[in-house]
Amino acid sequence: MNKSLDNIKLLQGNEACVQGALLAGVRFFAGYPITPSSEIAEGMAYYLPKLGGKFVQMEDEIASMAAIIGASIGGLKSLTATSGPGFTLKQENLGYAIINEIPCVIVNAQRGGPSTGLPTKPAQGDMMQARWGTHGDHSIIALAPSTVDEVFWLTIKAVNFSEKYRTPVILLLDEVIAHMREKVIIPEPEEIEIINRKKPTVPPEEYLPFKPDQDGIPPMANFGEGYRYHFTGLIHNQKGFPTSNPQEIDWHLRHIYNKIKQNAKNITLYQRHFLDDAKIALIAYGSVARAAERVVKLAREQGIKTGLLKLLTIWPFPEEELSRLANQVELMLVPEMNLGQIVLEVERVVRGKCQVISYNRVDGELINPEEILLKIQEEIEK
Amino acid sequence: MKNLIDRYIRKEMFPHIWCPGCGNGVVLGAIIRAIDDLKWDKNRIAMVSGIGCSSRITGYVDFCTMNTTHGRAIPFATGLKMAKPDMQVIVVMGDGDCSAIGGNHFIHAARRNLNLTAIIINNMIYGMTGGQFSPLTPTHRIGTTAPYGNIDQSFDLVKLAMAAGASYVARSTVYHIRQSISLIKKALNKKGFSVVEIISSCPISYGRLNKIRTPVDMMNWLKDIAVSSKAWENLSPQQREEKLIIGEFLDVDKPDYCALYTQLLEKAREEEVR
Ligand SMILES: Cc1ncc(C[n+]2csc(CCOP(=O)(O)OP(=O)(O)O)c2C)c(N)n1
Ligand code: SF4
Repeated sequence: MNKSLDNIKLLQGNEACVQGALLAGVRFFAGYPITPSSEIAEGMAYYLPKLGGKFVQMEDEIASMAAIIGASIGGLKSLTATSGPGFTLKQENLGYAIINEIPCVIVNAQRGGPSTGLPTKPAQGDMMQARWGTHGDHSIIALAPSTVDEVFWLTIKAVNFSEKYRTPVILLLDEVIAHMREKVIIPEPEEIEIINRKKPTVPPEEYLPFKPDQDGIPPMANFGEGYRYHFTGLIHNQKGFPTSNPQEIDWHLRHIYNKIKQNAKNITLYQRHFLDDAKIALIAYGSVARAAERVVKLAREQGIKTGLLKLLTIWPFPEEELSRLANQVELMLVPEMNLGQIVLEVERVVRGKCQVISYNRVDGELINPEEILLKIQEEIEK
Repeated sequence: MKNLIDRYIRKEMFPHIWCPGCGNGVVLGAIIRAIDDLKWDKNRIAMVSGIGCSSRITGYVDFCTMNTTHGRAIPFATGLKMAKPDMQVIVVMGDGDCSAIGGNHFIHAARRNLNLTAIIINNMIYGMTGGQFSPLTPTHRIGTTAPYGNIDQSFDLVKLAMAAGASYVARSTVYHIRQSISLIKKALNKKGFSVVEIISSCPISYGRLNKIRTPVDMMNWLKDIAVSSKAWENLSPQQREEKLIIGEFLDVDKPDYCALYTQLLEKAREEEVR
């Protein structure tokens, strides 16, 4: 690629998120300061108005989540960024976005928890909260980059997925990825695929705002553009009005659940490293995947056929790829900066076809390659 | 009226959920009359509500409507207004919705002088959940969670809105319907954050618990407790305890959030990228 020097940037993860969001077309941000995500709000406050976009510092994270939903309904691609305690506060309105199929992106730069936890240390403790944090059955998309360059690209993906599938998308960073600096090559705008929400093709009097097309996704009219209709957090029918009809209720819940499932193939992103002949597979994501990549090299130097499946999409969970891999490898090792969250999903998918073990660290320190390698050696000797 | 119903009401949503004698429908009528007088384009009107009996209002009107989460109507409306500054965004809330769970958002929208009209239907109780006391239940009154009488002080929303920075603040009741319509109209025409509190009747919860049992009794009660600021001057402190002032309290012109944001955008465009 022939890039001018101007396009090569040394960016912090949070800055890369801002640049990705702006290029993806985000024009509204609402947020409340919290470490380690605040640089995203600061970047948005600076850049958005230059592009005619809007930044509002709200009174809390509940309001921020509400505001991005309102702005998205008004037609602006919208994003908010937060961390642990703020992510918890966003959950109720996240549910509102899910039930009303509102495109928006929530960045959670994970820090140690629960509660105020470890504000300046990395963790991966919110993986299950991202999946199930808001009450009730639902689906969600969550992505987890492990390099600054991936933060940039996955932010664009997150915005695109949210628009394409009419859903909130969660971008899970951690304190390390959010604050570290790495090289990012910023592409020209025309090199980036931008997806905009489907608009209705029927006149307003025929528009059913929650009636999906063949692809499972209902076209979305922005408010103020001639289509008058209703949003409610109550279970609703395809017109958008509350319903107590069991058939309509059942349909609605299954619809918001299945629309992501039905499109999972196009949403689940992952990278395979040296898996073709591997007998041991590391399953890792976020900053831990960086250590895992190194482990693959170290282990292979010792003749241990190890590979890495790096998860970029966490939800929907990449079941197909893992299931395939379980037929090939003897051992899966899942290192995580939590007490074992994604390993539960791995076990569920693998169904005993291979051995699954976890390696966990929750002391606020990164997992280093040597300790993972040691764990592998221990397992081999058993 | 028939005409107004045809023009503004989603008839497929009827019958509505409100009890006989409920003031919510009266406020609905006042709002659509005010809007009809202003001759606004329905496509450019958004109505946003929270959760409660009163908040169901958004389901019944043929505008761009959002029935959001409990207490959060204002921040949802904030995002919409920023995205579509040329839409008229009206927020309708119950007293609990606005002053308890949503109190912080109310204060901050007023502080920003954000271009929204907030209409609070104050029935002095949590209607939808069955009559628990709210921050606007007067002291000594009964709620299902204040069976011995409410010991809390109640908020004065008017003073709160004024202190927090609103541009227009008024109060009326569902008995004083003509006044309500004209106050709502003025509020809708106001540029910054405008607030109209309408004291409403909830015979089922507030009335039943506080022995104002029938809808007619409730109307008489409203007529009785509401006084003009002039009449207020002549009341003794004791007499004042049971009364509420109605009318206009504040109408000032000061920079509104949307105008300030337009200036900010110009400034941001002119400045060099750092
Ligand atoms: C987060 C949350 N907490 C509590 C409730 C339950 N709830 C529904 S309506 C309501 C109070 C309604 O009272 P008010 O706002 O005064 O409106 P009214 O029903 O009297 O019109 C409550 C507490 C809820 N829906 N959401
Ligand atoms: S409970 Fe009260 S506020 Fe609710 S609909 Fe009935 S009368 Fe109206």
